Amino acid sequence: MTSKTLITDNKVKNASFSKAIAAVVWKDLAAEFRSRELFSAMLVFSLLVILIFNFALELDIKTRQSVTAGVLWVTFAFAGTLGLNRSMAVEKDRGCLDGLLLAPVDRAAIYFGKAISNLVFMLIVEAIVLPVYSFLYAINLFQPGLLLVILLGSIGYVSVGTLLASMAVQTRTRDVLLPILLFPVVIPVLISAVKASGGYLTGGDFTTEILPWINVLLVYDLIFTAIAFMTFDYVVEE
Amino acid sequence: MQTKPTALKILDIVSVLLLAAATYLALFYAPEEAVMGQVQRVFYFHIGTAWVGLLGFLLAAIMGIVYLVTHDQKWDIVEMAAVEISLVFFLITIMLGSIWARPVWNTWWTWDPRLTTAAITELIYIAYFMLRAGIEDPDRRARFGAVYTLIGGVSAPITFMVIRLVRSIHPVIIAGNDPSSQGTFAMTGGMQVAFFFGLFAFTVIFIDLFWNRIRLGNLAAKVEQLKLNITN
Repeated sequence: MTSKTLITDNKVKNASFSKAIAAVVWKDLAAEFRSRELFSAMLVFSLLVILIFNFALELDIKTRQSVTAGVLWVTFAFAGTLGLNRSMAVEKDRGCLDGLLLAPVDRAAIYFGKAISNLVFMLIVEAIVLPVYSFLYAINLFQPGLLLVILLGSIGYVSVGTLLASMAVQTRTRDVLLPILLFPVVIPVLISAVKASGGYLTGGDFTTEILPWINVLLVYDLIFTAIAFMTFDYVVEE
Repeated sequence: MQTKPTALKILDIVSVLLLAAATYLALFYAPEEAVMGQVQRVFYFHIGTAWVGLLGFLLAAIMGIVYLVTHDQKWDIVEMAAVEISLVFFLITIMLGSIWARPVWNTWWTWDPRLTTAAITELIYIAYFMLRAGIEDPDRRARFGAVYTLIGGVSAPITFMVIRLVRSIHPVIIAGNDPSSQGTFAMTGGMQVAFFFGLFAFTVIFIDLFWNRIRLGNLAAKVEQLKLNITN
């Protein structure tokens, strides 16, 4: 084989890989767009969590300053598990996962497809929760830096979450198990995201109060996307 | 029927003797610490158990990788043995630490990096066993267990560093002189003897338990196989 055919071969491979990812994402989004069950559940749940926090923590102006970041991330984390569970359970229940696995594509493409669609759901929910929260508590949450933190945090959360959710749906205890598996290992993401968001909301110094946390988020996202990429094969293997 | 290997029997006895000797050194031989007094004697076992917990934790993560590469059931048994021992020893470490912290830090618990990471590691281990309990197929159970120990093994150090960015008052006994930590002390000769002997004793105890647990795991796998043969 000449080097030229090798290069085109690789190109074809890459193209089919990204095509497979796009197909999985598209399938999930189309299904969700028609049923809207996952999205509406996540959204209503998030709003309820904020409502509960409002009374549990007495969110007056003073406490709001210090707890907003925490309230937001607890809300995202809980709504996130709801979404992750549902998105994998749908695949499992109707035997779709087997169908997906039979497809002659790299398994990693399935993982990335699922992870990206989960990320999209989470981001849509966040995109609605943020303005609602801003409106209710007269805080401007639309700062570019804060949005970046939310994006990075969500990527980390979803990258491990998708892998663990595909493990959890294959066990007897199923949805109960996901938060128990997920929360102890995403603690770095939650801590850094809360700290970085808090830094932005209280107007902290960028280099000392925000940057270290963003670095942690970046490192975590990279490491765990890589691990999930390498181990997903073992999780869905029959 | 498999009888217990003689070497293991001897190791059992040696472990018990070493534990007794380490107890003697920690409680009577080592001099009393000037500031903290008798309660500081908890330190010798606190470090010993923490060391064993850490050893088990590292072994478990490595065995997870080895299993995923080789797909040999025996590594799964080794991995589970490591997790189980580490779970128990970290729990002992946390309890001993609390006993030490109450008079020295004036609190049973503080959200310091080491304490928090140890607690989170315990939660990861509990999740690990809940995950295993929910799967019947031994092959899948082993695969999921291996993947989860790998994830836990990577995430726990990151958790540690992250919380370290937040704060720390835990003393660093060896090569550490952070002025903000409370309860630091310098080790004198007698203390060092008790300390290093404690580490040695707990390492031997770890090996002994590890060996016994692997043996138990092998026997359990055999029983499971025999049961399957009967039902088929």
